[in-house]
Amino acid sequence: MFGLSPAEWTAVELSLRIAMVATAVALPFGVAVGWVLARKEFWGKALLDGIVYLPLVLPPVVTGYLLLISFGRRGPIGAFLADYFGIVLSFRWTGAALSCGVMGFPLMVRPIRLALEAIDRRLEEAGGTLGASPALVFLTITFPLALPGIIAGAVLCFARALGEFGATITFVSNIPGETQTISAAIYSLLQVPDGDAAAGRLVIIAIIIALAALIASEWFARRAGMRFQGE
Amino acid sequence: MIVLDVDVEKKLGTFSVAARFQASAGVTALFGPSGAGKTTIVNMIAGLVTPDTGAIALDKTVMFDAAAKINLPPYRRGIGYVFQEGRLFPHLSVRQNLDYGRRMSGRPRDADEFARIVTLLDIGQLLDRRPRLLSGGERQRIAIGRALLMRPRLLLLDEPLASLDAGHKREILPHLIRLRDDSNVPMVYVSHTAAELRQIATKVVRLEAGRVTAVGDLDLLKSADAYWPE
Repeated sequence: MFGLSPAEWTAVELSLRIAMVATAVALPFGVAVGWVLARKEFWGKALLDGIVYLPLVLPPVVTGYLLLISFGRRGPIGAFLADYFGIVLSFRWTGAALSCGVMGFPLMVRPIRLALEAIDRRLEEAGGTLGASPALVFLTITFPLALPGIIAGAVLCFARALGEFGATITFVSNIPGETQTISAAIYSLLQVPDGDAAAGRLVIIAIIIALAALIASEWFARRAGMRFQGE
Repeated sequence: MIVLDVDVEKKLGTFSVAARFQASAGVTALFGPSGAGKTTIVNMIAGLVTPDTGAIALDKTVMFDAAAKINLPPYRRGIGYVFQEGRLFPHLSVRQNLDYGRRMSGRPRDADEFARIVTLLDIGQLLDRRPRLLSGGERQRIAIGRALLMRPRLLLLDEPLASLDAGHKREILPHLIRLRDDSNVPMVYVSHTAAELRQIATKVVRLEAGRVTAVGDLDLLKSADAYWPE
């Protein structure tokens, strides 16, 4: 299909896997951070806010470099993970997922936070008087009411992860079959004289994936939103 | 027999509430003008607002005691609350709203009890609807049903008719009177409208500027007409 070579398919498959893992791993953290930013007042909140949004404004290469020196084999966190858990991130697809997740995180947190801020807290109070503990209130009231925002955040993170280039290539390089995503593959193909056709094919794939993600998110958000409107 | 024993103080900026009263079976009215602290008091009974000092006990169970540092969270109090604005869950159907308290407590389904409340409030035809599509009166009946189905030891009603027009008020009141006569759930009923309380209350606690100024029977409402007309 699309006349893609096995190597190009590998890049497509890798991109999807990295973006999905990045989004799935980031999501619980995104909901937790969004909740803290929406609901809690504490010393250092502005700092947390700043750190969360930093990848959005920093040059991606800087983010990638910071990941390299902290999560690389000899970085403090990277060495710890490797020694105690046997987890190596540098120059692995898992490292690409980490950098994509970090880059997508601010885009994920923002709509989640806004959705949580928009929830009528009095509904949560009502849940409490009906016998629901705070954890149950979150699961049965807060989470479902914030779901459209959570979906929007996940889709934005996924899209950002799919297109991530600068931080990823800095942190985990551009290794075919391991860390070479669609973006990195297109970049590589454009460096060789006869790569245009293959690059064009990957560009079309990238457009199709992005459109599919947008349509899917639209559909999910509408379904989630519909439940408030009535049948 | 005394069911509810309230003796609390709460400072809110320059305004303070210092309330002391007891409620027994039947409907105890908290009656007073807007800003008398009625809602603050029921919120303290429900556990949504924490008093500065004092104690609240329900059937000998201490809900709050500042001296003993006891403060049960709302979900452990077993007190039903019908809010002025209903506060139905918009993402759940009417049936799911009604069933919410049972699900949260993990009790098995009780079809007879459910049917009894649905009949009492005449909401059978609404069960599969969404709260958004309901009229104010329908919403308030669902809110009452939802609070009753959690099997409350006490039911708090905070101006349950205030947001309704006259027609819908007439729609709800008979249900509440039936509830008072048929069930043995004691109620604390907040209102600033004497005419409404005359139909439902069995005991009156009069509040002014955060203080209890009188406790007695329905006669208290007579003299009050001049102060708080409808």
